[in-house]
Amino acid sequence: MTTQGASPAVPNEAEGAANLRGSISLPEEGRTLPSGEKEFMLDVATSDLEVNMGPQHPATHGVMRILIRTDGELVTGAQPHLGYLHRCAEKIGENVEWLQYLPYTDRYDYLAAMNNNLGYSMAVEAVMGVEIPRRAQMLRTICAELNRIGSHLIAMGTYGLDIGAFTPFFYAFREREWMMALFEKICGARLTYSYIRIGGVFNDAPPGWLEECARFCDVFEVKWKEYVDLLAMNQIFVKRTADVGVISKEMALDFGLLGPMMRGSGIDFDLRRDMPYMLYGEMFDAGVYDIIVGKGEKGTLGDCWDRFYVRVYEMMESIHMIRWCLENIEPGPVLGDIPKVLRVPNGEAYVAIENPRGELGHYVASDGGKVAIRVRVRGPSFCNVAVTEELLPGTFLADSVAIVGSTDVVIGETDR
Amino acid sequence: MEIPMPPSGSNALLELLKEYAPEAIPGWALVLTVAFVGVGVGLGLVSFLALLSVWLERKVSGHIQCRYGPMYTGWHGVLQPLADGIKLIMKEDLIPLGADRPLFMLAPALVLGSLFAGLTALPFAPTIYFADIQLGVFFIIAMLSVSTIGVVMAGWASASKWSLYGAMREAAQVVAYEIPLGISLLVPLMVVGTFNMIDASATQAGWFGMKWTVFQNPFVIPASILFFVAALAETKRAPFDLPEAESELVAGFLTEYSGIRWSFFFMEEYAAMFLMSAVAAIFFFGGFESPFTALARDGFGEYSIVHLLVAHATLFGKALFGVFVMMWLRWTLPRVRIDQVMTMGYKYLTPLSLLCVLGAGIWEAIRIQLF
Repeated sequence: MTTQGASPAVPNEAEGAANLRGSISLPEEGRTLPSGEKEFMLDVATSDLEVNMGPQHPATHGVMRILIRTDGELVTGAQPHLGYLHRCAEKIGENVEWLQYLPYTDRYDYLAAMNNNLGYSMAVEAVMGVEIPRRAQMLRTICAELNRIGSHLIAMGTYGLDIGAFTPFFYAFREREWMMALFEKICGARLTYSYIRIGGVFNDAPPGWLEECARFCDVFEVKWKEYVDLLAMNQIFVKRTADVGVISKEMALDFGLLGPMMRGSGIDFDLRRDMPYMLYGEMFDAGVYDIIVGKGEKGTLGDCWDRFYVRVYEMMESIHMIRWCLENIEPGPVLGDIPKVLRVPNGEAYVAIENPRGELGHYVASDGGKVAIRVRVRGPSFCNVAVTEELLPGTFLADSVAIVGSTDVVIGETDR
Repeated sequence: MEIPMPPSGSNALLELLKEYAPEAIPGWALVLTVAFVGVGVGLGLVSFLALLSVWLERKVSGHIQCRYGPMYTGWHGVLQPLADGIKLIMKEDLIPLGADRPLFMLAPALVLGSLFAGLTALPFAPTIYFADIQLGVFFIIAMLSVSTIGVVMAGWASASKWSLYGAMREAAQVVAYEIPLGISLLVPLMVVGTFNMIDASATQAGWFGMKWTVFQNPFVIPASILFFVAALAETKRAPFDLPEAESELVAGFLTEYSGIRWSFFFMEEYAAMFLMSAVAAIFFFGGFESPFTALARDGFGEYSIVHLLVAHATLFGKALFGVFVMMWLRWTLPRVRIDQVMTMGYKYLTPLSLLCVLGAGIWEAIRIQLF
């Protein structure tokens, strides 16, 4: 700790410098400020406290480290440090066969593995130019949207934990458990699915699965209202999140924020509608879903509450999409015409999909072989977490937790 | 009006010993015996209350969160706190390298000791108590403040930045909430007219056991709410659990503590919750008085064993209900921010409690003039 008493009488500069080595030099007492006032100095020197929030901290959602400089409860500076969970995911993609890379995509955003599978599969399919059967597209949409609900449930529950409300977390896991049970029935895995694969999906839904999905939608709709009442509209919760961590529209664009982070700032942009892929364009034309955009209902536009609001209400839109798919699904093949040993023709493609956290882009390049020559992932969490450095200074320590939580960062994906 | 008062300045156990002990044993030995028995019972009581509260907290939180809580150790996990306690005692006694060792070791003892001292002033039944202190409630509030010093000491001595934050918050919060706590307690004190807890309870006898201060004076009702909020902040319970705010400060002032020392802080927390609820029960909600107490008194006679038992059960039941409400709040509400805590304490609770004192004073003056 660098502290120093009242400005000592310094005989000469050289000696003074030697005495003060390693300490912060303070201005002399009674110095006249530019405003004409005499500067007032306390005889106790203070210095900012630097604390490491993370890599092991209950509120950083994984192994993220934020170096925070504080003056009492006030945060004066913040520096996020990434890379604790780097697993060379992209490089691995250049060393394993096309289909073998699919399980690795599960691992970067482990809360939305279906969406990652989808993004990678679609990128490879774009190079191959393969036709996807309609039933496979339906199943893909159902799974991706179910997974979006699961991911937003975690975002909601853990955000409650960050603010200090423990119970919504357990309620969120109750519904997420059912969602995971559904996935277990369709593909055997609960977290890392590898269900959506190049050319379609791994297998058809087992008998009764679609009916159970419909039941899940009905139950979830009832429970969702509880979440809104219990957490989103809770007065203390609103007080803690409204007007905190405000991201203006310009700032959101500057930082390249996408997904709920961007829509929370009032920018009406969603890849599902604006760059439609799979059935999303058809569904939007049919009026199945809306894009939820923050309105600054409880405070300033673009505050933590708006981002939370976007996530919570998006879950309901996902339910509408799942219902539409369940109504319109027809029997048919679930895997397109792809060879047993996959050889992707020479070419490259960048395909972006709407992940629960924003734009998940996959760039793949092929030289016609069994292995990609380049796989590159544009992860939304990586872009979203950058904004914390700008938002944290000037807030309270408790707010910093609320802001980091509102970015809904998944470290597995920022570090890949 | 003549209020029936229990025999003051006496101790049931001491009277018993004086009557049956041989003549050869001097009086001071008897007093010392009573004191030791009191200490033993008190320690047992603190431990029992802590164990009961831990179990209650786990079950309450479990059922609120759609789960059962502990189920394997005994009937519905009643032995779980004992298992926890054994684990905590067996753990290694860790003191961080940079810590201020004497202070680090003293802090849990100070915290628990002060709470224990506060509990001695709590009467168990109209004639059963450790100490019949005329300024009983004053003593309890003072002892609860002493435990704050222990918390600040723990935060400072841990040599951890998170602990220091927790200690800072605790100091700020307790200073802000002692004031409304004390002032809102003055309101029922004006109604009962005594600091002595047994006398305060006795004044609320009547109306078939429902002559509680909250029903005697309309200003006591808001005062009871203010007292409850201030008590939550004073005992560091959610939504005012900022000193140990899990998601912000790791564990606040508890970050570096482990094993039995850590459990001391938790015993203090639960005992403080119980003590605060008991004080609230005595001064706001009738203390020993309830329809059951009135029935027992009428049926079996004043200070009969049945009356004492029912009175005891009434007070402890009310206090445990208060503890339950505190737990209920903890598992329902998010945490407030430090500036909101300060704003609430200084800008709202303090003026409101002063208004309550004014209103209650005027009401009492009019009542005395008219009746």
